[in-house]
Amino acid sequence: MKFTEEHEWLRVEDDVVVVGITSHASEQLGDVVFVELPEVGTEVAKDDEVVVIESVKAASDILAPIDGEVVEVNEILADEPGKVNEDPQGDAWFFKIKPSDPSQMDEYMDEAAYNKFIG
Amino acid sequence: MSDLHVTPLNALHKELGGKMVPFAGYEMPVQYPLGVMKEHLHTRARAGLFDVSHMGQVIVRAEGGYEPVAKAMESLVPVDLLGLHENRQRYGFFTNEAGGIMDDLMLANRGDHMFVVVNAACKGGDIAHMKAGLAGCTVEEITDRALLALQGPAAEAVLEPLVPGVAAMRFMDVGIFASDFGELWISRSGYTGEDGYEISVSNDQAEALARALLAHEDVEPIGLGARDSLRLEAGLCLYGHDIDEGTSPVEASLTWAIQKVRRSGGAREGGFPGAKRILDELINGASRARVGLRPAGRAPMRDGTELYAAAEGGDSIGHVTSGAFGPTIEGPMSMGYVSAEHAGIGTEIYGEVRGKRQPVTVAKMPFTPAKFKR
Repeated sequence: MKFTEEHEWLRVEDDVVVVGITSHASEQLGDVVFVELPEVGTEVAKDDEVVVIESVKAASDILAPIDGEVVEVNEILADEPGKVNEDPQGDAWFFKIKPSDPSQMDEYMDEAAYNKFIG
Repeated sequence: MSDLHVTPLNALHKELGGKMVPFAGYEMPVQYPLGVMKEHLHTRARAGLFDVSHMGQVIVRAEGGYEPVAKAMESLVPVDLLGLHENRQRYGFFTNEAGGIMDDLMLANRGDHMFVVVNAACKGGDIAHMKAGLAGCTVEEITDRALLALQGPAAEAVLEPLVPGVAAMRFMDVGIFASDFGELWISRSGYTGEDGYEISVSNDQAEALARALLAHEDVEPIGLGARDSLRLEAGLCLYGHDIDEGTSPVEASLTWAIQKVRRSGGAREGGFPGAKRILDELINGASRARVGLRPAGRAPMRDGTELYAAAEGGDSIGHVTSGAFGPTIEGPMSMGYVSAEHAGIGTEIYGEVRGKRQPVTVAKMPFTPAKFKR
């Protein structure tokens, strides 16, 4: 698993990358009340805003960590946004992306580096 | 956060795991480990304890007791204070010459004096305003007392064993009670839409009282986050957001707080700052109104969201002043100002969220029914 400075986790599954937010991020956000997911088939570029999360505190975005095509989204989150708090690094993944340049994954942190990053 | 004020409960908040943030110049807990959503629901189901010690407590006295204070105060607020009975309080607001709201506040008749509670962010200005405007009165800020709010359906059962007699109080009653925690100044009121009490206690007894309340299994500490969603569900204004110096009480849909005796044709008509505009708006209406808003989707429409009459085109007809997710109503809710022709309950309008206009309906407030003990 890889981690971004935007507090996303990235897990490679065969030829796609699964994207979610870290437990640390979910704790900072507070109770999540709304998730807006991208449409399957959307072509995204790194740093595009692809997901909107609203918590009891504020709205925030999830950025595309890499270039590629959104091939699947976790529809359950639209109806049960609270899952983001319950299981952020498991069931509450947001979307799967098929990378157009897998080498973009190389720049991201491993778990030890991420834990150090969040201090 | 070293330049922030702290309340007498600061150490307790930290011990309880409160996440501390700056608010109105104070370091206050925004939430505890329970989290905003569960704190909110707990308050509606049982009871929540809030530290509101940052609010200003003020005693106003005059030679001759309550009556001359009430008379003087009526020159600053458009409320019937001479008609306020002993041991009762009323909601009111200071108005400015332009008819806007300088702050909202609670005013109590305590027999030989008036007790006033004002917002934290405004208290310096409010006290100066009272000192300058209340001829023949002495205005004393009470700095040696904390203020706690105990809110929710279990509040009466929690407080009565500690302070016998409070169960007999009705909504907006005030009283002074002797207790194991010294003299308590208690009102049956709050800002959540629930039944409950606000309790003024000396600084050195505040933590002991808070611990005694928290020892009850029905009581959880509640932070500013849930305080905000509770008051918004209850349709109550947050000063600086939903009302401010540019909003008149009529625009703000607070006309219920202006009694007949202070309106045109009343025995003590006008006589407060901005009376000309406010009395005129009471008769002829204002050009815009504060309304409740229920977005159609799940996404909250937050403070600053622009409102439109149509899904496309046209100028803005108003904006949102508070918006959040309502845990009890299980959906988003907002309040804001719209032009008068769009203010009718049920009017369908649009709010622009992230560049897209989303449908939202003008809705009745409170969003949750008030549970005051009348």
